[in-house]
Amino acid sequence: MSRKVILCRCEDVTLADVQRAVKLGYGDIEEIKRYTGFGTGPCQGKECLREIACAIASAAGRDPGTLAPFTSRPPLSPTALGVLAAAGRK
Amino acid sequence: MTPARTPPATPAATPAATPPATPPARSALPARADVVIIGAGVMGLAIAYNLAARGCKRIVVLDAHYLAWGASGRNGGGVRQQWSTEMNVRLMQESMEICAHFAEAMGINVWMRRGGYLFLARTDAAAERLTRNVALQNRCDLPTRMITPDEAQTLVPELDTAPFVGACYNATDGIVFPWPFLWGYARAAQKRGVTIRTGADVTAIERRGDDFRIATSAGTLTAGRVVCAAGAWSPRIARLVGGTLPDRPVRHEILSTEPLKPFLKPMVSVIESGLYVSQSLRGELVGGVSLPEEDNPDGQVRLGARLEFLTAMARGLTELMPRLGHVKVVRQWAGPYDVSPDGDPIVGSLPGVPGFYVVCGFGGHGFMMAPVVARHYAAYLCGETPHPFFAAWRADRFTTGGTPAPAREEMTIG
Repeated sequence: MSRKVILCRCEDVTLADVQRAVKLGYGDIEEIKRYTGFGTGPCQGKECLREIACAIASAAGRDPGTLAPFTSRPPLSPTALGVLAAAGRK
Repeated sequence: MTPARTPPATPAATPAATPPATPPARSALPARADVVIIGAGVMGLAIAYNLAARGCKRIVVLDAHYLAWGASGRNGGGVRQQWSTEMNVRLMQESMEICAHFAEAMGINVWMRRGGYLFLARTDAAAERLTRNVALQNRCDLPTRMITPDEAQTLVPELDTAPFVGACYNATDGIVFPWPFLWGYARAAQKRGVTIRTGADVTAIERRGDDFRIATSAGTLTAGRVVCAAGAWSPRIARLVGGTLPDRPVRHEILSTEPLKPFLKPMVSVIESGLYVSQSLRGELVGGVSLPEEDNPDGQVRLGARLEFLTAMARGLTELMPRLGHVKVVRQWAGPYDVSPDGDPIVGSLPGVPGFYVVCGFGGHGFMMAPVVARHYAAYLCGETPHPFFAAWRADRFTTGGTPAPAREEMTIG
């Protein structure tokens, strides 16, 4: 079995990437998002935020409940430019 | 005999950009510094790096948040030399050189791609302005040229060029991924002894004899000199020392699409609407468009994302390139342009507060200008003959008796 555990499937961020970030001292989800690029793909963290938070908490010996999620950016789900353009027409 | 291959002097840039080895937040705050820089954006970090590279000691950079939280982490990553004033053209030619060698010099991948900048004009008036600016740029040895809408379409076949009467193109402009510039400058500064402390919000600055006593949410320190590199947040910092700055924050928004196969070579911008769009090395389209400036009587920095922007940008982008209608937007966010009354930056000593320096009002161009401005700013702080921009952009030009306002830069987009 491969030992590579993918946590963010959009951006191929692994458990080892997250553990490395924590080892370097990054403890905040916003900083680890920037360090690893997790949560910046099509799902925008909807699939991986919980798993990443648990991985950070486990690596840092913290309660996952103490980690604030990163700022959620619109749109709620990927939306075609054509749909948005039509919505903007009066 | 085959000569032995020697490894490059610096490690090859890796695909994943690397933040500083010592996370800035962990740094302990010293009791005293020679220079305290407020704001760990690209400007503050680059000034710290350049000072340290000149051998200056005891430099501390403070930031209220984390690296890339502010405008340096929110901009579109455009780096261009097409401007309407000789000062800006020449500065950006030098900045472009620094950017082009940044990865090698700092050992960090900045995802730079020099696909050029294509400006499109809908009206004869705008096309005439471009023609005038291209002549100026050519006098500065920049290879920009006016092209027809048909030639623009050869460069970007997806364009609907029907609305345009003229265009200009410079192949040596480009885009970067902004974050690694912060990490590169931060790491290089730390290696040279600079202390970077994030999560330290400056709450008070008091004059103590020749020194400044700076209170932050992470402790207090004393400094001989202070440089405010807080961008759109600079007026608040200036007020803490009893000074005033006339720049104002203007919210600008930006979006990113799902990644696409590389197809878009240049950054494309429409003069009249301020729309700009480029394709990053990750494949995403990244771009924005100007909305009417909102009333902002309290001068607060507002970072909320609005549906109004999303629909305006989607409309502009699908009109510009109708084939993009099916492309999905994954994320939108906002950042502040730091806009001065005449559109030019504000640098040097803050009037009435000796020892306190400012570098703000870059109007949305601070990121690309930081490498060159910071280089000359460090020389200025070290007592060398200041670069001419210090005279053109001095803070007292807005007060009675100041120098007259210089020619206003026309090529502001976004």
